[in-house]
Amino acid sequence: MNTLLNKRKEPIDKLAAAAAGRSLGAEAVRRMLRSPVAITGASITLLFVLIAVFSPLLAPKDPNEQYLGSLVRPDFIPGSQPGFLFGADDFGRDFLSRLIVGSQQTLLVGVLATLIGLVIGMIIGGLAGAFGGWVDTVLMRLVDVMLSVPSLLLAISIAALFAKASQWSVIIAVSIICVPIFARLLRGSMLVQRDSDHVLAATSLGVKRTTIVFRHMLPNSLGPVIVQATLTLATSILEAAALSFLGLGDPDPSRAEWGLMLGKGARQFLDIRPELAYYPAIAIIVVALGFTLLGESLREALDPKNRR
Amino acid sequence: MLRFLVRRLLQAIPTLLILSILIFAWLRSLPGGPAGALLGDKATPQKIADLNKVLGLDQPVFLQYFKFLGRALTGDFGNSLASGQPVMSEISTFAPATIELGFAAMVIAIGLGIPFGYLSAQFHGRIVDNVIIVLTLVGVAVPVFFLGYVMQDAFAAPLGLPSQGRQMTGLDATSITGFAVFDGIITQEWDAVWDALKHLVLPAVALATIPLAVITRITRASVLDVLNEDFIRTANSKGLTQSIVRRRHVLRNGLLPVVTTIGLQTGALLGGAVLTERVFNFRGLGYLLAEGIERRDYPRLQALLLFGAVVYVLVNMLVDVSYGIIDPRVRVR
Repeated sequence: MNTLLNKRKEPIDKLAAAAAGRSLGAEAVRRMLRSPVAITGASITLLFVLIAVFSPLLAPKDPNEQYLGSLVRPDFIPGSQPGFLFGADDFGRDFLSRLIVGSQQTLLVGVLATLIGLVIGMIIGGLAGAFGGWVDTVLMRLVDVMLSVPSLLLAISIAALFAKASQWSVIIAVSIICVPIFARLLRGSMLVQRDSDHVLAATSLGVKRTTIVFRHMLPNSLGPVIVQATLTLATSILEAAALSFLGLGDPDPSRAEWGLMLGKGARQFLDIRPELAYYPAIAIIVVALGFTLLGESLREALDPKNRR
Repeated sequence: MLRFLVRRLLQAIPTLLILSILIFAWLRSLPGGPAGALLGDKATPQKIADLNKVLGLDQPVFLQYFKFLGRALTGDFGNSLASGQPVMSEISTFAPATIELGFAAMVIAIGLGIPFGYLSAQFHGRIVDNVIIVLTLVGVAVPVFFLGYVMQDAFAAPLGLPSQGRQMTGLDATSITGFAVFDGIITQEWDAVWDALKHLVLPAVALATIPLAVITRITRASVLDVLNEDFIRTANSKGLTQSIVRRRHVLRNGLLPVVTTIGLQTGALLGGAVLTERVFNFRGLGYLLAEGIERRDYPRLQALLLFGAVVYVLVNMLVDVSYGIIDPRVRVR
């Protein structure tokens, strides 16, 4: 009964939106503003981005000054004390400040890895979807091969290619495993567009192929890609943390990044001061959850079929 | 059916061939070149030159590739830098542990994921549904290795579960196949079976979280889709009982996408196992890989990479085949 009603409601909603002169995008925004999940996700994301951008101003202390360095022993790292709310790390540096500054690097790793993967994936998927034929076959075969290795295993092998681990080796490794996901996604939705009536109409009007691809097919295929990018931001940060845990992270001790801090904390300091792992872990979980909530609600808002 | 099977098998060959080319390229671009990477710390210019000759690295590239392919097909990946043993024998020694762990994890993930997803769809929009959804989202957001440590901390001591390794020290269990539980059953050493099971619990639960979350969500989405189908309305309106509609119509159709997901997740377990096995000191392939990374043990990495890919391709093929069994429409295409 309920489902019947829903099915009937859909076109009426669309008509209402059209009558009110709202585009699909505006309609999606309106829908998201009504959803508590979307608001939670967007708030966490916004807060995280703000903290990351203004982190140098927000950090109460210099993140690289070894204030409590003289107190650190192999079996002891100073905990919370006046002036050092979250205590010190293994170099005696203020851990709270490092967490705050670390948000910037974490955002950078997530965004760069996603962006590189997105761009390469979209080029591959876009070419395959726009040309079809043998271009499609060759490119998708390549994507199949990339997907034939479990993603973490692939990231590990790529990260291992670098003679010296660095922030970049992590970003590149994580970005490459996003490539096939975006390529497949964009190709899929481009193929749907290729067969659609409006592309047929444009073709029969004699519109140039490049114009059709860039003006008609690509913009209409972007929805799922944007959703996936939001979700990938979360997995990229988690994968970077996993690489750090396995010892493939940036060895530079001055670098503050949550995945790096979590990896090091979990590997080395769990027995003497577990907070060094717990705090960055909580930060990562909250941020990953924020991106995921945002992505999932975006997906629901953009896809009328998911609206139940 | 047989034709379908053969076609699927043939389709996997080009994928594996391209993969072998990529792994060959990977091996060649390793820091220090393949010979340097194979020798590790022991590399001297003289030794590298010798090994280059042995490996045929002074020959044209395509010849080198065919030699590499030949060695790979016969399972010869050289010796591990860390242990000095042939990599292939290492893999066969450590694989049973990972298979056992992965099997336990998938039993948990499937056994809980499908009922949870189904429940969530049945109570769509209500508290049960919302709680399950939030849990699946959190489950994916928690770094696996961190979860492992938290579980060690929180559950090992109170539940009396071991948090390290595969076997209690001092337990004299007979090893025949390497599968600890299975060996215990065939030799009827029940204390060994019990001990092996206890050692599996925590790592298996940690490894199961992500597949569990994914399977739950896919089951939910797919059951919801099916519930909206016309044939369900027809089934209901022709007066079939709820339980028959559920079993024959909803579950059978709803589980199709779930089977694909189960396959993908099973293949991806090796990635998760690298993290869990490291945390729990569970000596399987993941442990081998994690140790290999730290020592930059390239022969081992190369073999495990190819091994992981072959398993992944095979698992996905199995999924396709099972898909063909469940859904006759797939075979026709």
